[in-house]
Amino acid sequence: MKHWIKSFTLWELLKGMSVTLRYFFAPKVTVQYPEQKTPKSPRFRGLHALRRYPNGEERCIACKLCEAVCPALAITIDSEEREDGTRRTTRYDIDLFKCVYCGLCEEACPVDSIVLTRTDDFYMDARGQQVINKNQLLALGDKNEAQIAADRAADAKYR
Amino acid sequence: MHEMITTVLWTLAKILIVVLPLFGAVAYLTFFERKVIGYMQGRIGPNRVGPKGLLQPIADVVKMFFKEVIIPTTANRYLFLLAPIITLAPALAAWAVIPFSSDWVISNINAGVLYVLAITSLGVYGIIIAGWASNSKYAFLGALRSSAQIISYEIAMGFALVGVLMAAGSLNLNEIIKAQQGGILHWYWLPLLPLFVVHWISAVAETNRAPFDLAEGESEIVAGFHVEYAGIGFGLFFLAEYANMILMAFLAAIFYLGGWLSPFQGIPFLEDWFAFVPGIVWLFLKASFFIFLYLWLRATFPRYRYDQLMRLGWKVFIPVTIVWIVVLAVMIKFNIGPWFV
Repeated sequence: MKHWIKSFTLWELLKGMSVTLRYFFAPKVTVQYPEQKTPKSPRFRGLHALRRYPNGEERCIACKLCEAVCPALAITIDSEEREDGTRRTTRYDIDLFKCVYCGLCEEACPVDSIVLTRTDDFYMDARGQQVINKNQLLALGDKNEAQIAADRAADAKYR
Repeated sequence: MHEMITTVLWTLAKILIVVLPLFGAVAYLTFFERKVIGYMQGRIGPNRVGPKGLLQPIADVVKMFFKEVIIPTTANRYLFLLAPIITLAPALAAWAVIPFSSDWVISNINAGVLYVLAITSLGVYGIIIAGWASNSKYAFLGALRSSAQIISYEIAMGFALVGVLMAAGSLNLNEIIKAQQGGILHWYWLPLLPLFVVHWISAVAETNRAPFDLAEGESEIVAGFHVEYAGIGFGLFFLAEYANMILMAFLAAIFYLGGWLSPFQGIPFLEDWFAFVPGIVWLFLKASFFIFLYLWLRATFPRYRYDQLMRLGWKVFIPVTIVWIVVLAVMIKFNIGPWFV
């Protein structure tokens, strides 16, 4: 009997409709992507970058620890002695298609040179552009240095 | 001779006055649908094309026009191309008897309800032909489901309308509206409440809309009868479906919510304040409510299973309508209640 009354008054249907009507007036959760972005963690692992010291000297000393630790073999390094006697890379290529963005290179780096930045929206428009070289990486580092430094500082006490 | 030509031209003009805004309404109904469903799901819906996304339907129409018309090699060419037209024509033809106000109606015929029932039933032929002519399993299954569904719900709907006819004593749509005169409590939705509910649910089922859209059932049979259609052929089916939705909304407003009658009739002061509002505005507001209801239902309920759908039509709606018709007959015969005195 109870069941009959319930189904003939469309009780459950009306209840469901009241739920959708409430949501009709509820605030919307859509994030309009290119204009608005969701917050990112300081630990976000996006596009790579090579950092410099504040005096402009590149940090990388060509120790090749990142190349060794890279599980995807995405990093290729050649090195030579520079005129001032320090060891520097002559080639530092990262294949973005091989890279799995695990962040092990960043953890292995003794001088905090190679880092993964927050940048997650990048693209290539021709074959071969997925391999980015040392100059591009340094340029990325220069461009994002403020953000990179802030992220490292925010995460420092947990390392 | 001269008179005949003017009559024909005048009728043509009236048809255009009804059909062209209808096409616009269909285009914006698709936009409105995406917005409403988006809002009910906590999203904001399309908002990129034009200000607030208002040009989205235009973009959709242009896309539809420029798409290739594909005719499957094993399909029956002529029927395949004829089917969308057969579906669309009744959806437009039924508008001939819709009274937009007390004298704005293309054809004020006395058998208006019969005409509407007959014409809307023809639409199912387009669906059957489309499913058969496509020569595809999914299309065929969709067509079978769709036609069985439309036929079974037509009966419940017809019975619900019998109640309206008994109460109004006329088949003329304008007479039916006039019989509901006397304010919001005299409209038939209240004395015929069970029939109103049955009629509306049947209307949703007849237009193959969610939750009764298992003729399309994208998760089981891809898109049902129009799976093989692309471009403008598909566009015509789309147009017919939405034109039918709008038609059903207007019919529900006419049969149960007093058509172009003002809702403030019989209420002191309010009646005079709103006396300047033309009847067509009330009719459109009432129809808009039903159209919103269509979208609201779609956003709320999951799709019926096929046997549940058939059970609901045959074993629930038809008995309910018959019982209420008997009740109604008794009320009318013995002048019972506040309505039938």
